[in-house]
Amino acid sequence: MATLAVETRGLSRRYGRRWALADVSLEVPAGSVTMLAGRNGSGKSTLLRVLATALRADHGEALVLGHDVRRERDAVRLKVALLAHQSFLYEALTARENLQVAASFLGRDAEGALLERVGLGTRADDPVASFSAGMRKRLSLARVLLQQAELVLLDEPYGELDPPGFALLDGVIGELRQRGATVVMATHLVDRGRLLCDRALLLEEGRLAWSGPAREMPAEAPGGSAHA
Amino acid sequence: MERPGARDAGRGAGRERSRLSGFLAALRKDLLLQWRTRAQFVAVFVFGATALLLFSFAIGPDAAALRQHSAGFLWLGLLLSSTLALADSFESEVQHRALEGLLLLPADPRALYYGKALANVLQLTVLGVGLVPVIVVLYDAFTARIPALLAIIVLGAAGLSAPGTLYSAMTAQMRARNTLLPLLLFPLVVPALLAAVKSTSLLILGDPMGQLTSWVALLVAFDAVYWSLCGLVFERVVED
Repeated sequence: MATLAVETRGLSRRYGRRWALADVSLEVPAGSVTMLAGRNGSGKSTLLRVLATALRADHGEALVLGHDVRRERDAVRLKVALLAHQSFLYEALTARENLQVAASFLGRDAEGALLERVGLGTRADDPVASFSAGMRKRLSLARVLLQQAELVLLDEPYGELDPPGFALLDGVIGELRQRGATVVMATHLVDRGRLLCDRALLLEEGRLAWSGPAREMPAEAPGGSAHA
Repeated sequence: MERPGARDAGRGAGRERSRLSGFLAALRKDLLLQWRTRAQFVAVFVFGATALLLFSFAIGPDAAALRQHSAGFLWLGLLLSSTLALADSFESEVQHRALEGLLLLPADPRALYYGKALANVLQLTVLGVGLVPVIVVLYDAFTARIPALLAIIVLGAAGLSAPGTLYSAMTAQMRARNTLLPLLLFPLVVPALLAAVKSTSLLILGDPMGQLTSWVALLVAFDAVYWSLCGLVFERVVED
């Protein structure tokens, strides 16, 4: 039996009276690349934020790399990196300084090579305030790579990226897979996800509607795009 | 459910890293942010100096009365300015959820709090020191005991910064934060403010009864209470 990187049982989370996640039970094998698909508002971001311990679930339980997200928050955080809709960046600081801040909390040296890797080598000393949305996404990706996490959660990672950015992200996901990290990627680019991912999970109105091999994901999956 | 790593997991696993290094990282980050946004600090200083000027208009051309109330006005000017500086200090943390990003690394919330609170103390101290020449010019309030005055400004700034940092974190994401922060902060800092005003006043006007030490001790005691309690509460504020 494959080790599980993520295992949830009856996971539920609500905002006010609306359930963003309702009784979600799922498994993600360790070392896999999993696509999380679904329409806007289907609960993808909420699920990723709960797994990253950025949000607390109202009901149910979730184990991430063997740790309970509720009771072992710090242990989970040491092993998980989240690329979220929000960039987690300081606008007043430069790209290099943003990485250095994160690195100083991680007890690591900020590698200049990371900025080169994400295509920001020539803009390393420019303030983030002057960056486009795509450049911010690249810098956030560098921050995620800095964490060297065992589980990488990517929330709409292709959003705002240009075509070279798409290729960069494909390459990064390939590298993560090679080094044995588990990747869960929420995306609307279902066709791209089918090519990149081993498995797929489909959320509908906060519920798990389908799970299985990514290649077998229904072509009419809601929230998906045939492009890119 | 299989839990391969559960045994060696611990609630404090992320905190095994030195709390001191986390604190230093937070302090460095906040000082860097303050340096990069120094134009805002200049605006805050001008606001404080303007408040002192307006207070002098309220008293009128009575030199003795101006000098008598100079310490109170200095601290009122600093208090009003501090609400702007403290609110600014959390704006960059919530703008792109940068603080959440640090917590998820994971950074120790207490280290983040003490780093920011100390950076705020330094900023408010510079502000307070900058306002001293203004009261010398406007109120003819002068003391030769500069090191003692500096120490009182540092202690008073610490008394404003500890609860101010906590409350600015609480109100940072609220729409009415500019109103809420002073509403929450002012009542809480009254004891520290009173001790700071009395200590400063004794330095400027003289201390024939030898009361300065008592007021400074009171200020230190309030600082100790604020810094220990607010550090404990901060985690609940940013995590829940």
